[in-house]
Amino acid sequence: MLSTQKISLAKVAAKAFITPLTIRTFASSAARNVSINLHEKSFESYNCEAPALDVEISKEELVRMYKSMVTMRRMEMASDGLYKAKLIRGFCHLCTGQEAVAVGMETALTAEDKIITAYRCHGFTYMRGGSITSILAELLGRKAGISGGKGGSMHMFTPNFFGGNGIVGAQVPLGAGIAFAQKYQGHKAATFSLYGDGASNQGQVFEAYNMAKLWELPAVFVCENNRYGMGTAANRSSANTSYFKRGDYIPGLKVNGMDVLAVHQAVAYAKEWTVSGKGPLLLEMETYRYGGHSMSDPGTTYRTREEIQHMRSNNDPITGLKQRLLEFNIITEDEMKAIDKAARVEVDQAVEEAKASGEPDISEFWTQIYQKGTGVPYVRGREPEEFHRY
Amino acid sequence: MSSMLKKAVTVSIPSVRQALLRSNPVLANALLAKRSYNSKGGVEMTVRDALNSALEEEMTADEKVYLLGEEVGQYNGAYKVSKGLLDKFGPKRVIDTPITESGFCGLAVGSAFAGLKPVCEFMTWNFAMQAIDQIVNSAAKTHYMSGGNVDCPITFRGPNGAAAGVAAQHSQCFAAWYGSVPGLKVVSPWNSEDAKGLLKAAIRDPNPVVVLENELMYGISFPMSEAALSKDFVVEIGKAKIEKEGTDVTIVAHSRSVGFALEAALLLEKEGICSAEVINLRSIRPLDTETIIKSVKKTNRLVTVEGGWPQYGVGSEICAQIMESEAFDHLDAPVVRVTGADVPTPYAQNLEAYAFPDTEVIARVVKRILNKKIGA
Repeated sequence: MLSTQKISLAKVAAKAFITPLTIRTFASSAARNVSINLHEKSFESYNCEAPALDVEISKEELVRMYKSMVTMRRMEMASDGLYKAKLIRGFCHLCTGQEAVAVGMETALTAEDKIITAYRCHGFTYMRGGSITSILAELLGRKAGISGGKGGSMHMFTPNFFGGNGIVGAQVPLGAGIAFAQKYQGHKAATFSLYGDGASNQGQVFEAYNMAKLWELPAVFVCENNRYGMGTAANRSSANTSYFKRGDYIPGLKVNGMDVLAVHQAVAYAKEWTVSGKGPLLLEMETYRYGGHSMSDPGTTYRTREEIQHMRSNNDPITGLKQRLLEFNIITEDEMKAIDKAARVEVDQAVEEAKASGEPDISEFWTQIYQKGTGVPYVRGREPEEFHRY
Repeated sequence: MSSMLKKAVTVSIPSVRQALLRSNPVLANALLAKRSYNSKGGVEMTVRDALNSALEEEMTADEKVYLLGEEVGQYNGAYKVSKGLLDKFGPKRVIDTPITESGFCGLAVGSAFAGLKPVCEFMTWNFAMQAIDQIVNSAAKTHYMSGGNVDCPITFRGPNGAAAGVAAQHSQCFAAWYGSVPGLKVVSPWNSEDAKGLLKAAIRDPNPVVVLENELMYGISFPMSEAALSKDFVVEIGKAKIEKEGTDVTIVAHSRSVGFALEAALLLEKEGICSAEVINLRSIRPLDTETIIKSVKKTNRLVTVEGGWPQYGVGSEICAQIMESEAFDHLDAPVVRVTGADVPTPYAQNLEAYAFPDTEVIARVVKRILNKKIGA
């Protein structure tokens, strides 16, 4: 249990990053002896081969995927409640419905691979090692928050996850830069830079594509197409909505982003592609958010409730995986219910822990403006007698 | 290592409000404006509605005026400022853009070169950083560089500065940055009259004008005079307004800070400490130094208030201009700037409270400078 005010930052960091997911390696120690066939419409390719439709995976990975998605959804639902209770302030963008993307990506990658995305980042933070407590505490603006309470919903980071970025599109050149650093340092790994359909027309995205291709960076650009950029449907923002083809000279793959196994397969393929020296690749994940753009958007003025309901009923990623788990006798209904219950308990407990964490110490107002010991000697507050000398 | 954050900062705004409400509820309500208040049977309007009226009136009056930006049309505006405009004027004049600030700002500037009068909305001014090259290099400088051959009658508008809990990338104040650019005009409305009058003036102005609104002010109601409700009401750009007359100290502020300055003035008066004169800048560029100088000659003390960062800011500019003017000889104490803190805006509520000035900070600073006298 987290104690309240006196918890040290080191302890917070330790708690923040060690979760059951990071303890296990993702390269499954159990044999990948389950073979699942994906729907033939799972992929569409552009200037490359589509990945195989049969997924070789292990029972453990499947169960972990299920657990991750269920927990992620619970976490986002808890965030929804906390926002409505006014315990979360400012902006809050939830990924409910889009869980398969973050989860499917993680099982196909290692800790050496890097991910960067925009503001819809809670799910990714969790998959990349952030504990639920540290994520919720960050949303609440508390000391135990993954950014010490200083960043909030849009600014969450882990050692292999670069946020959490508030300015639409800016994360894409950043991601190309992370890939650049990987190549420069000889790391056999890739960087996945995510952006939405709304961001896809940003000039800087194309600038990143160009450099990634010219310099053969291990960059995978992933467009999470959830059909709406805030309130604007894709066809109203984009002259070309085939986002997987927008890379022009970069090959691309469109993926059913509501199917966690299709995501896994595509991401494994993309990693192999870039790391083997073929340069960048573009992935388009067709996905959907049930909620509005953010907590201030009802999400129903620019799309119909029928559409939302249809997606929930027919394409839900958790339901989809559940059906597969039962069909392939991976686990029983009862075991599944136990996982559901455990996830609820875990999230509820994290909520309590997060709430119990105090606000950041006032001294943190002045820290981390610059690197410790290398900053300016003096920082002014709101008037001359509010200041800090280092 | 020493750090000074006054303990008194824990005085909360709600308690100040309660004190004001107890002492003078009528005046308090007018200033605090949480509720619609009406002393003369006139109309109240929110800042949001005032901006909406300005847009509607100017678009009705001049076919060349059009609005573009993200979610301005079908969504009715991210903050509902452009509500109803698409329905009224149609898609030719109210345009939903993709999320491409650099591109659509450049497009808007180009259309201004070619005879139109665009109103280019940025969902917040933070996002306009992607487009700042077009604002400065294309819009601001071209009339000069072309020897007067090219015109740019464009208006850029959107919410500026802090909201609440939106963290570092969404809380920056750009008054100082744009205020330093020759070729631009920059306005920063506080109340509904300011908002309506300045936006209308901006749209009518043949130069590129930056309109820095404030999201936290959008929902606040203010009384609107008969004149302000007129279709031809404009507030002169470059002219500040004395919101409250006083004799002992001049407080100069812009945007949301004007409200805090007025609250501080009221508090100080109630406590019998001093009579403060509060100036609402309304315009950042041109800066109405004449009004400030005249006031300083009367009161002999000056405090500036802004939400932006302290270094190279609006307050810094006012200090410099005062120093270089005849007003210097009338100062009984050094000018003090009240500003945002020199840090990226933190998210946590207790930290964010130290990042932006409020009534208590202003009152505290005024009390301190009242005790100073140069040469004494």
